[in-house]
Amino acid sequence: MKKMRRFTALGLTAAMAVTALAGCGGSNTASTTAAATEAAKTEAAAPTTEAAAPAEQTATGGKVYYLNFKPEQADQWVDLAKKYTEETGVEVHVQTAASGTYEQTLKSEMAKSEAPTMFQVNGPVGLATWDDYCMDLKDTDVFKDLESEDYALKNTDGVVKGIAYVIETYGIIYNKKILNDYIALDGAKISDISELNSFDKLKEVADDMQVKKDELGIEGAFTSAGFDSSSDWRFKTHLANLPLYYEYKADNISSTDAVKGTYLDNFKNVFDLYITDSTTEPSLLSGKTGDDAASEFALGEAAFYQNGTWAYNDIKGNEVADEDLGILPIYFGVDDASQGTCTGSENFWCVNDKASDADKQATLDFMKWVVESDAGRESLSKEMGFVTPFSTFADYLPENPLVIAANEFNKDKTPVSWNFTTMPSEQWKNVLGSAMLEYAQGTGDWDAVKTAFVDNWATEYKNANS
Amino acid sequence: MKNKKLGAFLTVFFSILSVFYVYPILLVLMNSFKKKAYISKKPFALPNAKSFVGFDNYVSGIQKTGLIQAAFVSLFVTVLAVAVIVLCTSMCAWYITRVHTKFTAGMYFLCLFSMIVPFQMVMFPLSKIANMLKLSNPLGLVFIYLGFGAGLAVFMFTGFVKSLPLAIEEAAMIDGCTPIQTFFYVVMPIMKPTCITVAILETMWVWNDYLLPSLVLDLKKWKTIPIAVQYLKGGYGSVDMGAMMGVLVLSIIPIIIFYACCQKYIIEGVVAGAVKG
Amino acid sequence: MEKAIKRYMPIFVLPTLAAFTVGFIAPFLVGIWLSFCKFTTITDAKFVGFINYAKVFGDATFVHSLWYTTLFTIVTVILINFFAFAVAMALTAKIKGNYLFRTIFFMPNLIGGIVLGYIWSLLLNGILAIWMRTLTYSATYGFWGLVILMLWQQVGYMMIIYIAGIQNIPSDLLEAARIDGANKWQELRYVILPMLMPSITVCTFLTLTNGFKLFDQNLALTNGEPSQKSEMLAMNIYTTFYGRNGWEGVGQAKAVIFFIIVGAVALTQNYLSRRKEVEQ
Repeated sequence: MKKMRRFTALGLTAAMAVTALAGCGGSNTASTTAAATEAAKTEAAAPTTEAAAPAEQTATGGKVYYLNFKPEQADQWVDLAKKYTEETGVEVHVQTAASGTYEQTLKSEMAKSEAPTMFQVNGPVGLATWDDYCMDLKDTDVFKDLESEDYALKNTDGVVKGIAYVIETYGIIYNKKILNDYIALDGAKISDISELNSFDKLKEVADDMQVKKDELGIEGAFTSAGFDSSSDWRFKTHLANLPLYYEYKADNISSTDAVKGTYLDNFKNVFDLYITDSTTEPSLLSGKTGDDAASEFALGEAAFYQNGTWAYNDIKGNEVADEDLGILPIYFGVDDASQGTCTGSENFWCVNDKASDADKQATLDFMKWVVESDAGRESLSKEMGFVTPFSTFADYLPENPLVIAANEFNKDKTPVSWNFTTMPSEQWKNVLGSAMLEYAQGTGDWDAVKTAFVDNWATEYKNANS
Repeated sequence: MKNKKLGAFLTVFFSILSVFYVYPILLVLMNSFKKKAYISKKPFALPNAKSFVGFDNYVSGIQKTGLIQAAFVSLFVTVLAVAVIVLCTSMCAWYITRVHTKFTAGMYFLCLFSMIVPFQMVMFPLSKIANMLKLSNPLGLVFIYLGFGAGLAVFMFTGFVKSLPLAIEEAAMIDGCTPIQTFFYVVMPIMKPTCITVAILETMWVWNDYLLPSLVLDLKKWKTIPIAVQYLKGGYGSVDMGAMMGVLVLSIIPIIIFYACCQKYIIEGVVAGAVKG
Repeated sequence: MEKAIKRYMPIFVLPTLAAFTVGFIAPFLVGIWLSFCKFTTITDAKFVGFINYAKVFGDATFVHSLWYTTLFTIVTVILINFFAFAVAMALTAKIKGNYLFRTIFFMPNLIGGIVLGYIWSLLLNGILAIWMRTLTYSATYGFWGLVILMLWQQVGYMMIIYIAGIQNIPSDLLEAARIDGANKWQELRYVILPMLMPSITVCTFLTLTNGFKLFDQNLALTNGEPSQKSEMLAMNIYTTFYGRNGWEGVGQAKAVIFFIIVGAVALTQNYLSRRKEVEQ
């Protein structure tokens, strides 16, 4: 008998937990009497956002689930989705994958019954994996809003499968104030920032700044080249784009099944510069995060920081004033005089072809709203700080000082295109990143980096295309 | 004399060791009041005027991870799953011990077998099947825990039922009890210690489990506490150490309360579980 | 009586059986089948034979993680049991505050692996920074970091089991040994250890399987860094599955091999120690 009472108590507790759950703005409308075996009941009917009232009015029932790639703008997307739901009553979920795990998350989410209706691929290689899941976007409003068809991603049959929504630029971000302090020192190697116009000059200055770091009140010329997964893509992907770019250019190709590694010596020079003239001992790099590098730069502890326009969100509001922000190309010692910053996109929106028609329509409506409505344009350009390829954004130019600086710089230069979207697989990047880290730490040598770059390209290309 | 000295020495020794044992948790507690930039740089420094941020880390940790809701999900899943496991598997164990057919023998063998199968073996098919059956919600998760946790629980209950004399149950049945009445009025009360043992072991597993719920649950609607903690590591591209510290402290608090309340049962449960397992 | 109960099968067995089928039997069978297939989801699986298994052994990360895990398991089984036993012996002697100590040493068990991992990464990285190192500098640091973490977590649990075992040793047995002139060492070797065999069996079994199946702590402490070199088997399977496109079948094949290893180790250990118990 006592046992029975015990179970009643347990049952009650469980019931209370259900009630609490349902009451906390959560999601679950499970009834308190539901038994485990009834669990198969779907919860799909229950509205999931706070804006429950308008949601019930839309009878069409289409829902949007956007799996976002860019962690830097995770919060802004959630806010924007909330606004859309308030306005239209259509449910929009935004989920952001952890840095470096987008493919992984996309794969496990795609397998679920409520799969993302809207997701991203990073370019031709990503599209090859997800081609079956991408609907043809040729007749959509968003596609028509593109300034040029070049910003659409087509598969090998020429079908429009993805739409770029942001054009980004990366290079070496620098702090004008620290550089000017340096120029004011006796024996400075340059007398004006504009003299930083080649790799040799940059190295000369950075080396000298590293020596004089105490006088300058900095910890190092460059921020830490961290190899935590929140930071390693800056090197294994973005920096590795440069040897690729010059090789493609020299060979006049746009992708390859076997890379030669012609410019790996230049690649080594730049990477050596990053790890020698740095705020951080190379042996500590494995644990350094993206946050670490961003805060070193934002707090004025380093003058140079390889990253892109998206980093502005992490820098602003700290020690470095907006007007002190500048951006240089990643000088590579090949064609420094005409090299611009690296500009391109690895963010293409795709719509899940396997979603229900209602969901697909809801997703297309949401995309249209994002690029055409005031709220959407305001958020993309101002809050997220994106430069977009859409013609609808003429009046919504970003205020991001890094974007402005990059545009200014590229006026009479040739921007470096983003060829890293042709890298054969995530695994290739990971292996390269590991080899680079081991080289930096002194636990591996540069030959391993070469192997990872050249030999492994062929291996992974074969794996991916067999 | 000698023994006394040794005893005193051991007391001192273990006191120092205890301090070291608790230290990692105190370290996290201390860092949870520091500004994030100061945490990984100087983890051992006490918060000072410059680095002290009060409860900011807790607030941002809760906001970023939805920790409060995750706590309710965890509580809901754990309480219900453990209750369901104890109830269903004890009934099942009694049945397969008392009824001797090929079916019950097979079931017992399968339960034993499932205990040595690592989760990775069924990870992917399980997440897919759960999804196809629309079990990607807390209630569905409870059902899956019943399935995946059945092995150990059935094994422990059968071990106990085997030691019970048949006579009592037979007497009850002769007095007109149905098997259900017999089970709940006669068998269940005797099994109370085993129920507690199973409940403790399953609670420790379910509450802390990360991989199973992260693969099964519809993450955009529900997270459990371990998922919320792990989400912080990645969900924002980089680790916000401040929020991380706050969330870690908050996730330890319920455990300490639970431990303080049921310490005796927990330790007894572990011992009993070990002897039978 | 058996007949009377038998009719109630649906009430007694069905809920558990249904859940067990969904939660274990079906996934297990599907898992074995999938290990012979190329697939991205269950519905598009194509039978390919043993190709996945061939690939498993061509994958250097898997072979590495196998050795790494084996070494880790051996080290932790020995160290955890040694310390747990030593502490248990000390705490069963009448010393002041032994209940408090037990309570403290047991506590880390209740904290989940993910949370533990992050707590220790803060502490260990902080200490290693003194020598300009991090946990992910090389697999060696990750290895010992994980060992320390596991010691901290599990010594208390095993200690509790040993304490119960020690307390169950009849005191007249020890007295008899003393009267026969046994010294402390002989007492330990010929009375206490043989009487503790059941506890030793259980603790070895638990630490063995815990070592092999370790995942959460691995994920949170090192995440396999650097270069997947601190990746244990369970995590290697996970990253193969969800980290590499087109490698799902290989991941499943790895899981089957993993299952066979864990099963073989568990059964062998069980067989060996049962035999020992009988001999004693």
